[in-house]
Amino acid sequence: MRMTPVSRSQQRRLGFDIFFHGLLWLCALVVLALLGGLILLMATGGWKAFTTFGLGFFTHSSWNPVHDVYGVIAPLLGTVVSTTIAILFALPMAFGAAFWLTFIASARVSAIVGMTIQLLAAVPSIIFGMWGFLVIVPFIARNIQPFFNHHLRHSAFGPLLSGPPVGTGLMAAGIVLAIMIAPFMTAVMTDVFKAIPPMLRESAFGLGATRWEVMHKIVVPWSRNGMIGAVVLGMGRALGETMAVTFIIGNVTTVGWSLFAPRSTVASLIALQFPESPAGSLRLSSLMALGFILMLLSCVSLVLARFLRGKRQ
Amino acid sequence: MRAPMKQAVAVHELGSNVAQRDRWSLGRKALRRRIVDYLATGASIAAAGVLLLVLASILWSLLSRGLAGVSWATLTRPMGPPGSGGGLANAIIGSILQTGLALLMAAPVGLMCGIYLSEYGRKGNYFASTVRFVADVLMSAPSILIGLFIYQLLVAPFGHFSGFSGAVALAVLALPVIVRTTEDMLRLVPTAMRESGAALGAARWRVTLFLCLRSARKGVMTGVLLALARMGGETAPLLFTSLGNQIMSLNMNKPMASLPIAIYQYAGASYDDWVQLAWTGALLVTFGVLLINITVRLASRR
Repeated sequence: MRMTPVSRSQQRRLGFDIFFHGLLWLCALVVLALLGGLILLMATGGWKAFTTFGLGFFTHSSWNPVHDVYGVIAPLLGTVVSTTIAILFALPMAFGAAFWLTFIASARVSAIVGMTIQLLAAVPSIIFGMWGFLVIVPFIARNIQPFFNHHLRHSAFGPLLSGPPVGTGLMAAGIVLAIMIAPFMTAVMTDVFKAIPPMLRESAFGLGATRWEVMHKIVVPWSRNGMIGAVVLGMGRALGETMAVTFIIGNVTTVGWSLFAPRSTVASLIALQFPESPAGSLRLSSLMALGFILMLLSCVSLVLARFLRGKRQ
Repeated sequence: MRAPMKQAVAVHELGSNVAQRDRWSLGRKALRRRIVDYLATGASIAAAGVLLLVLASILWSLLSRGLAGVSWATLTRPMGPPGSGGGLANAIIGSILQTGLALLMAAPVGLMCGIYLSEYGRKGNYFASTVRFVADVLMSAPSILIGLFIYQLLVAPFGHFSGFSGAVALAVLALPVIVRTTEDMLRLVPTAMRESGAALGAARWRVTLFLCLRSARKGVMTGVLLALARMGGETAPLLFTSLGNQIMSLNMNKPMASLPIAIYQYAGASYDDWVQLAWTGALLVTFGVLLINITVRLASRR
């Protein structure tokens, strides 16, 4: 077969195609460069802290700007505990809401309520912070803490549940975080539930199973991985949340048992101490190192969520 | 295939349990099953109810506290010392300038990256799947870290905070959102459309821009708007980049005010008029963000 000669206009067209492809490729490269730069700058910024304190950075429990000694135990514990509280509150809420939306509510009601819950996820986090500061913190300070302090101080849970009745602290932060991540987890779980083959559910109902039985014998086993994926995604959000937590956690860098005492988290510590940390100081470097650790945590939770959701299919 | 088998066995057991019993008399076990069922259903309705109640409570506290401060003076006067009758004008303008500039930076890059992933990065392209994964990592990265990153990149080397660096930080936040929605929307365009374009002799870039992007423009706009909504309420990345400013300033090379930062600075203040301004700002931000989201959802449903 004879090759048709390529005309000049065709040549130009092909040339532009290659240029177009290259331009798109460059833009894709920008995304890679951003994450690479983020991790690199965080690591170099925190290098000074890592080399100064070595392993002590991870084991030292005090964060002391006066003596210029920094250890990440206190903020790290704060992040872990507040995130755990958030998951414990958010999981039943999200599961219940998702179950209701997919299996109980009528399509019309489900669409409207589903959209409203989605809107809750779009509210900026600083608004949750203000709302938590105004509504949740006074409620805990006035109603919950005096009750616990009075009745449970000497019980086995006393050290966990008693504390100065100020309202701010891990519990308040955990509750507000739970409310922030619950809509998000509801959305993911609704998707997971919708992927359950209707045949399974309907045959169970057909055999006379109640809703509860369908829920814990069909829905839960079938969507276990997807639900764990939703939890891990929610966890990733709660870990890095800054503005809401900064308002309500009380920001004290101590370690202790009480869930009702003011503490701090990695993100809230960065937000609050950054303005007081001069450029080039060990303190700023320690904050960068904290940021690096937070980035790693966030990456790990994303990879984990991906892995779990991928396994289901 | 193992999972469905297991389900089937579970279903079978359930069935035999039910069949053994006389359906019409409520035995002890049947009563228990019914009560447990009511409790579970009730709990799941309550869960959805709590979420709705919280949204209502947030909107109520915003409206009841913020609405009092919405006035012509608040919208037109810059921030000022307590008691001086300051407003939020500089913060509103700063927010608009920074998010606008951020969108100008993020939208073209994000669109093109999304086009790359959808048109050139199908199965087997490892570069594309890496970019896809990295975009997801960036999307879920804590926003305060984006702030630290841009601080290290654009603030520390130049020695001063600037509205420009704030815009860059917001652009980094918006980019992955735009990338992923653009890709998803372009994937919905049927292959037949690309093929018919190519069959008519159109170059690939023409097919991509004037057929695929054109037919997916509504969805792509959705992504851009959602990114805008996400940027509008972000506070953490601006803390370390544009810092906030008390006076009216249009200079992108100087520290610049923004609504979320103003809320953050004023909400914890001990002056009543500052707290009032914080609530008014919160009301403006929330309703702006919700308005964009509602518009997007209503438009994409049709």
